[in-house]
Amino acid sequence: MNRRVLAASATATVFALALSGCVAKADLAEAIPVAITDDGCAVSVDTANAGAVTFSLENTGTDVNEFEILADDQLRIVGEKENVTPGQKVDFVAQLEPGDYYTACKFQQVGAPIGLASFTVTGEASKVSADEQELSDQAVTEYLAYVRSQTSELLPLVQELADAYAAGDDETARRLFATTRVPYERIEPTAEAFGDLDPKIDFREVDAVADGIDWTGFHRIEKDLWPPAQGDLNSDGQDAFLDWAPSTPEERQAYADGLVENVTQLHELVTADDFSVSLADISNGAIALLDEVAAGKITGEEDWWSGTDLYDFQANVQGAYVAFGAVRALAESKGDEGTKLAAEIDAQFTSLNEALAAYGSLEEGFVNYAELTDADKKALSDQVNALAEPLSQLTSTILGV
Amino acid sequence: MTRPAAPEQPEQAAADSESGVSRRHLLGLFGAGAAGAAVGVAAGAAGVGVAMSTGAANASGSGAASAYPFYGEHQAGIVTPAQDRLHFAAFDVSTTIDRDGLIGLLRDWTDAAARLTQGLEVSEGGAVGGSDYAPPADTGEALGLPASGLTITFGFGPGLFADADGVDRFGLAARRPASLEPLPRFQGDALQPERSGGDLCIQACADDPQVAVHAIRNLSRIAFGRASLRWSQLGFGRTSSTSTTQQTPRNLFGFKDGTANIKAEETADVSEQVWVAASDEPAWLAGGSYLVARRIRMIIENWDRVQLGEQEMLVGRSKGSGAPMSGGTEFTEPDFEAEGPTGATLIDTNSHVKLAHPTVNGGMRMLRRGYNFVDGNDELGRLDAGLFFLSFQRSPEQFITVQRSLAADGLNEYLKHVGSAIFAVPGGIRSGEYVGQALFA
Repeated sequence: MNRRVLAASATATVFALALSGCVAKADLAEAIPVAITDDGCAVSVDTANAGAVTFSLENTGTDVNEFEILADDQLRIVGEKENVTPGQKVDFVAQLEPGDYYTACKFQQVGAPIGLASFTVTGEASKVSADEQELSDQAVTEYLAYVRSQTSELLPLVQELADAYAAGDDETARRLFATTRVPYERIEPTAEAFGDLDPKIDFREVDAVADGIDWTGFHRIEKDLWPPAQGDLNSDGQDAFLDWAPSTPEERQAYADGLVENVTQLHELVTADDFSVSLADISNGAIALLDEVAAGKITGEEDWWSGTDLYDFQANVQGAYVAFGAVRALAESKGDEGTKLAAEIDAQFTSLNEALAAYGSLEEGFVNYAELTDADKKALSDQVNALAEPLSQLTSTILGV
Repeated sequence: MTRPAAPEQPEQAAADSESGVSRRHLLGLFGAGAAGAAVGVAAGAAGVGVAMSTGAANASGSGAASAYPFYGEHQAGIVTPAQDRLHFAAFDVSTTIDRDGLIGLLRDWTDAAARLTQGLEVSEGGAVGGSDYAPPADTGEALGLPASGLTITFGFGPGLFADADGVDRFGLAARRPASLEPLPRFQGDALQPERSGGDLCIQACADDPQVAVHAIRNLSRIAFGRASLRWSQLGFGRTSSTSTTQQTPRNLFGFKDGTANIKAEETADVSEQVWVAASDEPAWLAGGSYLVARRIRMIIENWDRVQLGEQEMLVGRSKGSGAPMSGGTEFTEPDFEAEGPTGATLIDTNSHVKLAHPTVNGGMRMLRRGYNFVDGNDELGRLDAGLFFLSFQRSPEQFITVQRSLAADGLNEYLKHVGSAIFAVPGGIRSGEYVGQALFA
């Protein structure tokens, strides 16, 4: 390093530090310093007021450490900050209700807690939390109902599609294909949570080949309905006829029955009494739906033969919006940041829907994805990015961690 | 001011400061990030009263750990000794944002750049210090790497002042510099729209490619929803020296490039030829410059079959030493009158060095800051290689004059200009300001 630059930055550092010290003074008073060493976990005070408690962690030890807040049974972890590396200074915020707790560290993040010390939180139990519980319960109830409504919608649509396809009524089946998929695409992350169901229902040929499983479901049917011409290529550049031939009537019947069976199973699973979703499932589901769009739909790989990607695109966006809507009130209950985040997400949903509307609607039909130019796709992609960035903050915001 | 004021690394200083810009403010989702001000203080201090570190990172590569001041009279990354690596990006501003949205973006970019150029994450604890339930604010690939001489330089394209349909989207049309127009067509142009133009640009230069890419990647991410990448270019080796302390590097023709470039130490020429003066129009651009970017494809497979003597004749310099064909050493002034035994001038009339020379271009010079690139290969199996030409000048006229003069350049047979863009580069940024603030005043 050049000496002159070094000297310059050192001088500047002093100045920067002094200034920022002033700016930050008020905040610093709130934070509770925690000195983490390999064999110690010194929390500078042992009491705090209920609410958001900030711990200012500093690991002066030799290896990675972890800071934990345990309930009074010394077992339940009510808050933790993992991966505090040697030399690192990092703030950790825990939402603590009044009560008795313990603080501890965990050297190398394994084994027994080190430096276990009691920690008391005093003051009023936050009233917000009761409301939040209500909002949280409501979000789960709302989203569960949505998932169930969509699988209920899906069943008869799939039956109709399967019947037409099995009977060789390709014209009817082609007309039904895109709209039948809509309820499924709206709740796809939920279906994906059931391990092997989504692969059976919705795998593309290239995915099935890569995973070495039998290729069944919507996209198998799609390729029969929009059969490739000699010389056409799959989305991975392979010959479309490699290990593929149009289904025989018997095979069609089998694929049709299989799809109905798997969708029925999905419906039974989500309507079972013990089925539920967590808040994070809902919020992460919204994020996952946008990821689906960004990864598969924007590139036109999802509905390779039918070109009906925009139906899936719209359905994913609708499903994400419902999931967002379910947790929106909760996000807004988290203060200004939450309110602003919700407003921003809402605005970006509107912009994305407007962009999609230029190409049709679920009711009137969408143009074939092949008709979009690269510039059109980029404009959609930009808008997906614009929504996905704030949406990716949603889980953290509603969980308050 | 109760805190100890001793740590020696800038990293520590900013880690201590409570200046963390929340990711959301950086995103500018909720209006121009107010929290950015604190960052400005921390990083801004690094620039206050510190002279430009001209010559700091002297020879190539030796400045890996250096941090250049972000704030100053001029933007860094122009007379700063050319770093080894480049990531350059041009952006289109989204149709969904207005003037305030644009200002918010520039503010967020400025705040992030102030930190990144000091070797810091995009926000405090941005890479791994945040919530387990939120994506990290910083993408993380520069963790543990020094500043590596990173400079981030912003520019404004013609599209910012009026879009393709002539619409004045941001109320800036009246402030457009008269000469900020798409460049005229030149001999050898084969421009591709997708590699040309742009409303905004960011030049990130560093001695470590990962650091330069990290900067563009994070600044692009901050812009999502407000501006999107139009085109971008990596450069792996500088082709110009911008300081007398630097060795002259070679371009992909194998010749030393930038021998006669304007150097930071030539302060009179820098003032005369590079910076827009306060007396120039428009006033908001004072202390700034005009940036021309050209992606120049070199047909190197053909070039490599050219005899050494002809290569030297076309360039007008010795391939080994870089000395002009009229004799002397690298830095000897070319003598265009000197004749050889046959009576012909030693330096060919149509040689590159002659046609580009100030004496045939009305004294016009530029500060060149180009980079070599190789972006894989084309469909014919030829390397997609060339020179990503960057020049800074007080007026676009300087580039236009020289480029027109080069119409007769024998090298053109081996060159194809496939990308072109021009930007007005605002003057330096003071702590607490955002880049180009004077334009919006």
